[in-house]
Amino acid sequence: MSAPAPSMYSADAQAVAEKLGLSLGRPNLEVFAETLQELAAGDPNVVAVTSDSRGSGKLGPYGKALPRQIVEVGIAEQNLVGIAAGLASVGKTTFAVSPACFLAARSLEQIKNDIAYSDNPVKLIGISAGVSYGALGTTHHSLHDFAALRAINNLIVAAPADNIEARASIRSAAALPAPVYLRFGKAPLYDLPGDADFVFGKARLVRAGRDAAFVATGEAVIHALLAAEHLAATAGLDCRVLSVPTVKPLDTKAVQDAAADCAAIVTVEEHMVHGGLGEACAALLAQSGRVPKFRIVGIPDEYTVTGSQADIFRHYGMTMEGLATTMRTLLGD
Amino acid sequence: MQTYTDDDLRRRSLEYRRDTLRAIKAAGAGHTGGSLSAIDILNVLYNRVMRVSPENFSSPARDRYVQSKGHSVEALFVVLASKGFYPASELDTLCDYQSHFVGHPTRKVPGVEQNTGALGHGLPICTGMAIGGKLDGADYRVFTLLGDGELAEGSNWEAAMAAAHYGLDNLTAIVDCNTLQITGRTRDVMNAEPLAEKFEAFGWAVRTVDGHDIGELTDALSAPLEAGKPGVVIARTVKGKGISFMEDNGAWHHKVPTDDEFAAAMAELDAALAGVAGASQ
Ligand SMILES: Cc1ncc(C[n+]2csc(CCOP(=O)(O)OP(=O)(O)O)c2C)c(N)n1
Ligand SMILES: [Mg+2]
Repeated sequence: MSAPAPSMYSADAQAVAEKLGLSLGRPNLEVFAETLQELAAGDPNVVAVTSDSRGSGKLGPYGKALPRQIVEVGIAEQNLVGIAAGLASVGKTTFAVSPACFLAARSLEQIKNDIAYSDNPVKLIGISAGVSYGALGTTHHSLHDFAALRAINNLIVAAPADNIEARASIRSAAALPAPVYLRFGKAPLYDLPGDADFVFGKARLVRAGRDAAFVATGEAVIHALLAAEHLAATAGLDCRVLSVPTVKPLDTKAVQDAAADCAAIVTVEEHMVHGGLGEACAALLAQSGRVPKFRIVGIPDEYTVTGSQADIFRHYGMTMEGLATTMRTLLGD
Repeated sequence: MQTYTDDDLRRRSLEYRRDTLRAIKAAGAGHTGGSLSAIDILNVLYNRVMRVSPENFSSPARDRYVQSKGHSVEALFVVLASKGFYPASELDTLCDYQSHFVGHPTRKVPGVEQNTGALGHGLPICTGMAIGGKLDGADYRVFTLLGDGELAEGSNWEAAMAAAHYGLDNLTAIVDCNTLQITGRTRDVMNAEPLAEKFEAFGWAVRTVDGHDIGELTDALSAPLEAGKPGVVIARTVKGKGISFMEDNGAWHHKVPTDDEFAAAMAELDAALAGVAGASQ
């Protein structure tokens, strides 16, 4: 019989967040919907395209307020991306909004050919990304989207870590005449500290440090930050934490600097360990010749355990406690 | 196969509705409306039409069912429990940490043929199963259940073309035509009608039935509709069927009843059960 869904944050992790003065913000999905509505209200050229997904995308109010700026295609993700490509080609600022699991799989060929190859600057919005859908299972998880989309030329791939990055990435994407994929989750997120000037392709220093580094993306960054604080308090370790919203193109300088300054790097992402941020960093560092101790943390290559998003994060060592242990083990403590 | 009277099956449908709501309530999650609309179809398939049971499930000769509208998993899991594939109590772990009862059909659960949950996959898979049956000269039948909203996925129509091309009279698709999807009425979101004419034009044999009428469902499903053609049964259904305040109400697509709503729903089902001739509980 189900207990209430466990929180992503243990009592200890919440205490660490409190000590840091972090405040719990909103789900990025809500920030997305609100920001898109602001953009669309100010610019009749903005169009959202949905596939029976406006509810999941929190776009109900948008649809009511701006019915001429939302195109519904029904449950048809390939058609969604094709229609979005057509709209963009005639000059519409087009956001194609669908669960990340379907958008980055079902419509992959439309993304590759009709968006990226044809340079139609559609903004692909993967909602309820990663393991946000929890116990709905593998059909509803997007643990392949970074890998699949990184392998496509002419596509920016990004996963904002907090409400600040979410808002900025949507506004930047709208202004950019290029194809962009953004993914959002539906759990409330802490607002992270650190300079929040957002530019695609730039990492954000969330915590300074020189002993070791966490290089993380999307909604996993907070757990890396909490782990770093926990390690500072319990092991006297001074860990750098980089938020890397843009998985592609990678901020090569920030990652190489971390490798030069620190004895160990742990990468963290809500994605399969193959093909995502971790392997992007590994490839960069191996080819640049300076590889510190290195671990990729993500969802392993197995049938994903059943459970809520929090269960899954905890099961695979992606929360504060698990990440702190991984770093200490890697450093040989 | 055990034979049931129509009243036996009517009673079973009510029990299935009760068990489905219990499973959803226990899990704190679930696709309530579409499970309730599909239950009479599943009931007739599993208890009257299909040759499938725990005993023959590893036999290549068994009939096959793939639930393309995978989100209505609670109804399927309840029906499979009643067929003896696993104890009904195992359903208490639905969606729990480390349970094999995931919130969509998975072959980790005994009796499930194929993993589904992303819409628009069942018909192509079943077309393949049916072609395989023809190649092997096997006489098994293949069934899939589709949502009316799901029909917007183009893969359905690719498979519809292929199934007619290969003359797959061993394939039966059932459309749970409850006229609703998540955003609202299917006709407003993406109109799929006229469905019968569409399937006919694709070369299918078509029968439209009341999807809650045990007799009409039995009639349409017991044998292939027409030799040499795949068959589609358009089941006119009511989303949330059987619970007054859920019926035809899109809000119940994936809503979980509160304690009060749950008690009211159970009371409605208990009253209905008492009204079916030969009711045992
Ligand atoms: C490929 C895909 N896109 C979107 C979804 C999300 N989704 C789940 S159920 C549903 C609505 C289904 O409506 P319908 O087919 O009419 O089913 P029913 O009314 O019987 O529940 C949607 C959009 C999905 N599961 N798969
Ligand atoms: Mg429907």
